[in-house]
Amino acid sequence: MSLLELRSVTADYEGLLALRGISLHANEGEITALLGANGAGKSTTLNVICGLLPTRSGQVRFAGEDISHLRPDRVVRRGLTQVPEGRLLFDDLTVRDNLLLGAYSRMRRESRRRIEEDIDGVCELFPILAEFADRRAGTLSGGEQQMLAVGRALMSAPRLLLLDEPSAGLAPKAVSEVFARIQALCRRGTSVVLVEQNVSAALKIADRGYVLEVGQIVLEGTAEELLANRDVQRAYLGKDYEEV
Amino acid sequence: MSLTDQIVQYLVTGVSIGAVYGLVGLGLAIIFNATGVINFAQGEFVMLGGMCAVAFTGLGMPLIVAALLSIAVVTAVGLLVERLAIRALPRASIITLIIATIGASFVLKGGAKLLWGPEAVILPSFSGHAPLHIGAAGIDPQRVWVMGVALVSVIGVQLFFKYTLTGKAMQACAINRSAAQLVGININRMVSLSFGLSAALAAIGGIVLTPVTMMRYSQGATFTLTGFLAAVVGGLGNGIGAVVGGIMLGVLEALAGGFVDVATRGLIHSGYSKAIALAVALLILWLRPQGLLGRRERESA
Repeated sequence: MSLLELRSVTADYEGLLALRGISLHANEGEITALLGANGAGKSTTLNVICGLLPTRSGQVRFAGEDISHLRPDRVVRRGLTQVPEGRLLFDDLTVRDNLLLGAYSRMRRESRRRIEEDIDGVCELFPILAEFADRRAGTLSGGEQQMLAVGRALMSAPRLLLLDEPSAGLAPKAVSEVFARIQALCRRGTSVVLVEQNVSAALKIADRGYVLEVGQIVLEGTAEELLANRDVQRAYLGKDYEEV
Repeated sequence: MSLTDQIVQYLVTGVSIGAVYGLVGLGLAIIFNATGVINFAQGEFVMLGGMCAVAFTGLGMPLIVAALLSIAVVTAVGLLVERLAIRALPRASIITLIIATIGASFVLKGGAKLLWGPEAVILPSFSGHAPLHIGAAGIDPQRVWVMGVALVSVIGVQLFFKYTLTGKAMQACAINRSAAQLVGININRMVSLSFGLSAALAAIGGIVLTPVTMMRYSQGATFTLTGFLAAVVGGLGNGIGAVVGGIMLGVLEALAGGFVDVATRGLIHSGYSKAIALAVALLILWLRPQGLLGRRERESA
C-alpha cells in the first residue's frame, strides 16, 4: 500500500517554477530514493511534502488523506517528518534537549515517562548520543550531528521519515554507518524517503527510486532496474561509455 | 556628604533606572529572537504598565491586585499588537513589520492620552518614603523595589528558558524556524508568547518605576530607544546582554547627571547626561560592533 502519494504537484520559489508536476509514491515499509543532480528539485519535493513550502497545484496525500495545505507542525502530528539538509540542529541546546524537543508534537498526548523511554531507545540506536547527552549539539562532529538529527526526527515517532542528503559532508566510514542505521530503521517499521547525491550508496539500500531532472521525474523503477539503467550509470555512477 | 556617598547614591539611581531599561531590552531581545523584528512599541508597554497601575489603584484596588491586573492587561495588549501588527501581515518583510510596530506605538500613545489625559500621574511608594541609609547616602526604598523586582523577573525568565519545555521550544524557534516546525512547534504560538512575555516584563518595569519617576502618556518612546540601545550594546538577541547594557546606560546617565557639571566647571550642563550615556554606548559599538556579550556572526557548519 502506498503511504505517501504525490499527484502532479507543482511548486515555485518566489515565482520561479521549481516542481513541474511531480507524481510519485512511497510504499509502507520501503526505502524510496529520490535521485538527481543539484537543483533538480529533490529538496524542494521534500519541503513540499512536509508543508514547509506550499504547493501551487496538485495534491500531497499521506496515509490516504490530503495534507497539501497543512502547516509543518500539523504534518508532524500525522506521523511524517524530515531530517533537513544541513541537519539544522538546535546548536545552542544540549543533545538531550534536542531529542526532547524532537518529541514536542507528542507532549500533550503522551506521558513524560513514555518519551524518556523513547530517548533511551534512540540512545541505544545511536550510543554516541547517550555519551554526549549534556554537550551542546553544535560541538558534535559532522557524523555525530547527523545521528542526532536522525534521532531527533525519530523522537516524533514518524511512520514516514524524509531524509535529505544524510551523507553530505561525512567521511566515508560515517556514510556507511549512517546508511546501515537507515536500513535498520526501515526494518523496524519506519518507511523512508531518501534524497541523495551519493547514488550508488542510496540504491544499495533502497527498494525503489525516482530520478529527477529540472523539476520533473524522468525515470522510475526498482533499485535494481535503476542500477542497471545505462543513463543512470553514465550520469550518476561515473561510468564511461565504453563500460556501459 | 562625601564623594563616596554621592557615588553610592548615583549608582543606586543609575542601577534602578537601568534595570527598567534592561527589562525593556530583554523584552526586545525575546521578540527579536522569535521574529527578527525590533518592536518599537516596547516602551509603550512600560508606560501602559504604570498608567494602568495608577488607574486601578485609583479605583480603590489594593496595590498588589492593581499591579497583577495591570500586568495581565498589558500582556493582553502585547498579544493584540502581535495579532494586528505582525500576524496580520504574513508576507511582509522585516522592515515593514518594524514600521507596523512603530504604528502600534503611536496608537498606544494616543490611546493613553485619550484615556488618561496629558498629565503625569504617580503611584504611592510600595513601602513608604523613609530613606534607607548606606553611610551618609539616603536611598529611596522604592528604588530597592525596582532593583529587586527586576532581578527576580530576569532570573525568572532565565529559568523559564532553561528548564521549561515551552522555554526550550522558544529557543528552538530562535535558533532555526524550519527545524522547530519539523519537530511540531507551532511558530505562531511562540511568536505570540514572545510578545506576551515581553509586554509583561515591560509592564512590571513601568509599575515599579512609576512611584519614583511618575508616568506620562508620552514617556514610552524614551524607554523604547534606551531599551533598544541597551539591547544593541549588550549584543542583539542576548537577553542577559540587554540587561547588562541597560544597567550600564542607567549608571552612565546617573553619574553624568551628577558629576559632569562640576567636573567640567559648568562647561557641560548636567542636562546632557543622556547624551553622554548614548555617546559612550556608541563608542562601545564602534570598538565591539557585535555588542558586549554578542557573538560574531557564525559561519554555517
